[in-house]
Amino acid sequence: MSDAALGGAEAGLVPCHACDLLSRPARAGHPGHCPRCGAALEWRRPDAIQRTWALVIAAAICYIPANVLPVLKTTTALSSDSDTIMSGAIYLYTSGSWPLAVIVLIASVMIPLGKLIALAYLLITVQRGSVTSNRDRARLYRLVGIIGRWSMLDVFVDTFTVALIQLQPLMSVEPGPGVVFFMAVVVLTILAVESFDPRLIWDAGRRREGGRA
Amino acid sequence: MSTVACPGCDLLQRIPPLPPGGKARCPRCGGTLASRPAASLDRPLALTLAAAIVLIVANTQPMMGLSAVGRQASTTILGGAYEMWVQGRELTAMVVAFCVVIAPAGYLACMLAILLAARRPPAPPWVGQLLRWADAVKPWSMLEVMMLGVLVALVKIAELATVTPGVGMYATGLLVLLLPAIAVAFDPEEVWKRVEWAHGEAGATAAE
Repeated sequence: MSDAALGGAEAGLVPCHACDLLSRPARAGHPGHCPRCGAALEWRRPDAIQRTWALVIAAAICYIPANVLPVLKTTTALSSDSDTIMSGAIYLYTSGSWPLAVIVLIASVMIPLGKLIALAYLLITVQRGSVTSNRDRARLYRLVGIIGRWSMLDVFVDTFTVALIQLQPLMSVEPGPGVVFFMAVVVLTILAVESFDPRLIWDAGRRREGGRA
Repeated sequence: MSTVACPGCDLLQRIPPLPPGGKARCPRCGGTLASRPAASLDRPLALTLAAAIVLIVANTQPMMGLSAVGRQASTTILGGAYEMWVQGRELTAMVVAFCVVIAPAGYLACMLAILLAARRPPAPPWVGQLLRWADAVKPWSMLEVMMLGVLVALVKIAELATVTPGVGMYATGLLVLLLPAIAVAFDPEEVWKRVEWAHGEAGATAAE
């Protein structure tokens, strides 16, 4: 990083979040609206840390019933069976398609958990004013944004399994309560990623340098 | 040269004119700052039109069929969401319908209107509004995830019954390729340059 590195905020310039136009707002306290597209201007996403924490905590709470409650209930003429996300993956493994079992395990168990841990780590380091490994943290944030959508996988698997297997009275499959919580985890973590502001990662270093000067 | 603030870390920097197909990265955080596709508006328009036609096919034709002990069943994409609704998981049904039908259809409709309206500058200000909507709805379009989900479901069900992929499945596969192709071919800056300014260019206090 060169010494001449200057952020938009220090230069008194604010980029529009909608059209990227850089403009100089009339008053710093109330940046107003973008002259080109009319979107409200903001220095940083509003209340980024509080909103992201709220969404991460809500998702972490939903993560427990999502994994404990059944996502699918299979009823045949003879028996009735419940599957959680984990037992669904194990079923795929024992029925011989281990590559799919690995995909389901990564998408449904590891990605949501990894996302919660990554977001909590980003929030804590930003709140503590950490100035180390900024580039890695920026990369982590981008990665979380890209892979997060794949955890919706199990919701789609359940939807199409339910839609196809309606062969009453021989066999039918119905969705369990776990699927709603699981869907909530995915949606809440996607919203959490959107409410976080990656520029906060770099603001701490600027504050520290400013203090020294 | 144009000055931008990196959306990832707020670093101010000048971007040199990019060659067609070129890309600029932030030297500090490594995020993509700008990219210039080879053909500005015609290629994304052609891809969007193609995707809109394929989307209609994907949503009207059955995704897959099943036959077991002399009984037949098939489902479309919306049929899957509908069955979730019928079974009492209304919220999940709505999210599924949003992610695989409404979001992709909304994105394509916005893109179609944007690309047609921007052909003759100056583009009206509502084009800017549509660009914001297209941007907001894009992360929720999850057809590629659904595609993988359908494949997993097919493998699971294949243990119990004979399953056959339908026309809708192939159309969805095509859409999964077309949607990112639109995003790569499209440069929003190309449209923003043509949009009429909300508060008048003369009175603006824009940098540079």
